[in-house]
Amino acid sequence: MTTVLESSTGPAPISPLLTDLTTVSTRRRVKNTVMTTLMGMSVAVVAVVLFLVLATVASKGWSIVASEFPQWFTKDIQLSPRRPGPGMKAAIVGTLVATATATAIAVPLGIAGAVYLNEYGKTSLFARTLRFLSNVMAGVPSIVMGLFIYVFWVVPRGVDGLNGFSGALALACLMLPIVVRSTEEMLRLVPQNLRDASLALGATTSRTTLTVVIPRAASGIISGSLLAVARAAGETAPLIFTIGAAKRTNWNPFSGTNTSLSLQIYANAKESFPTAQERAWGAALTLIIVAFMFTFVARALSGRFAKNSTS
Amino acid sequence: MAVTLDDLKGNKQLADRTFRGATLMGGTAIAVILGLISWTIASKSSLAFRTEGLSFFTERRWAPADDVFGALSFIYGTAVTALIAVVLAVPVSLGIALFTTHVAPSWLKRPLVAMTDLVAVVPSVVFGLWGIIFLAPKLVPVFTKLSSWSDGIPILGSIFGKASAGRTFMTAGLILALMIIPIITSISREVILTCPPTDSDGALALGATRWEMITGAVLTHSAGGIVGAVMLGLGRAMGETIAAALVIGSSPAITANLFSSGDSLPSVIAFEWGEATSDTKRSALIAMGLTLFLMTLLVNFIANYVVNRAMKRMRGES
Repeated sequence: MTTVLESSTGPAPISPLLTDLTTVSTRRRVKNTVMTTLMGMSVAVVAVVLFLVLATVASKGWSIVASEFPQWFTKDIQLSPRRPGPGMKAAIVGTLVATATATAIAVPLGIAGAVYLNEYGKTSLFARTLRFLSNVMAGVPSIVMGLFIYVFWVVPRGVDGLNGFSGALALACLMLPIVVRSTEEMLRLVPQNLRDASLALGATTSRTTLTVVIPRAASGIISGSLLAVARAAGETAPLIFTIGAAKRTNWNPFSGTNTSLSLQIYANAKESFPTAQERAWGAALTLIIVAFMFTFVARALSGRFAKNSTS
Repeated sequence: MAVTLDDLKGNKQLADRTFRGATLMGGTAIAVILGLISWTIASKSSLAFRTEGLSFFTERRWAPADDVFGALSFIYGTAVTALIAVVLAVPVSLGIALFTTHVAPSWLKRPLVAMTDLVAVVPSVVFGLWGIIFLAPKLVPVFTKLSSWSDGIPILGSIFGKASAGRTFMTAGLILALMIIPIITSISREVILTCPPTDSDGALALGATRWEMITGAVLTHSAGGIVGAVMLGLGRAMGETIAAALVIGSSPAITANLFSSGDSLPSVIAFEWGEATSDTKRSALIAMGLTLFLMTLLVNFIANYVVNRAMKRMRGES
């Protein structure tokens, strides 16, 4: 036995042929190495740019948020962009109000739509059409959503139409297809035999959906919805025409103009005054932290969901 | 004992039907909203089309003071910036997707996916802010150098012309590229993962290098899906508003010079809305929204069709 093994690993008489077969010509090897390096470089480029963006926002934003620490979160926005002064509370509140209202509209509607697609419609022509339309709607530019709500909702109401609720409607249009698609993905992952077992016990489809399917997919659905919320919280274009341009805190979504962090960044980035630009960086840092928080929670939840569905 | 089995059944059926109706409403909401979007936007832009006619699409001049509303230079700007973005983003995205699936050790895969997702989480206005204040001033010397190098070379010379400022078509294209990298990467990655291991292992067993295995087995297998991913990225780049609006320069122009300031459809809508007081101007801006809507709709239609067909074929084969 040992002799056989040794003879096969040792230098065999066929080695010229073997080396000929196992070596790769220099040209091919170099090409392989170059291409692998290029792939690595594309990763590096994006990593470096992402780091640059985050580092710039963090350092420039931190200097204003930290130097005005409590007032940044408690004072209204300075009326003149030229003058220094603390305060981003109005925008933080506006982002919270508009995003929360949009979530209250889009998430229940989106989950209902996804339940219809996955539990009732399945592969019927109508369901397939709806699925296709939700893909189309996900591709509608966000500024078109803003125009739509402006024409459809704000114009008939005149000056009173510019408020948090109108902004929330535009954001909800943006969130709806995202919620529908992610929820349907999650419902599809629920094993069919759970549904069959529930139906065999005499439960109706509605009861099965509410007590078996949705609880099973809950953390996945919540995580998908949170990603939609993070997206909506960072959107600017739908709000330009719909939410107004307030500088004072307004908790009421149904009356009075409002503002948002993203709008403040946009408005201040266009100014050439250093005070305005500082304010934009501060708002950017605040907004990024909000968006990352939602995403982080969503990731944690979807990680838990993945564990649940494999066990 | 008043409730009989039949009563219960009736109640249950009623509840079931109500629930079904409620979910159906959620599903139909999408169709209704899409219909409303098309109808309201189309009806409000009719005024612009009535005054301008079809010359709305062919007129280069945008002079609200003279009541001349031409969308051509904005359509051009949208197309050019989106194309720059796609040309820059596709090789990088494919590189990341291939690196993640075929090169990276397994412990690195999750962080890489997380990194690309992180790019998607950064709000577009933050990219715009970074682009206008941080990136644009730094790009001016780069543009100047590039244009002096390519000066005199036939085509390159006119594409990389004189750099007027940091806010140009190219700047907008760069920022848009960064923003569509996550979507192209994640879809390509999923498509590449559907390549059956028998194909790639077979290629390696035949003595192919990793790159030959990728071009021979993986890319031929996933070409359709990748084309779809690129189209989805193109649609996203055309519709992206705020980041482009901040860095494109907002001075409408039709020129081959990518280092010149320009303007695009979404950006002009966002920028000029506040100053649009006349009905015709508002209508013209809404008509631009309609144009943008139709352009992205077309691109997304094709993209969804290509992706679905590719996915179906791959599932059937593997």
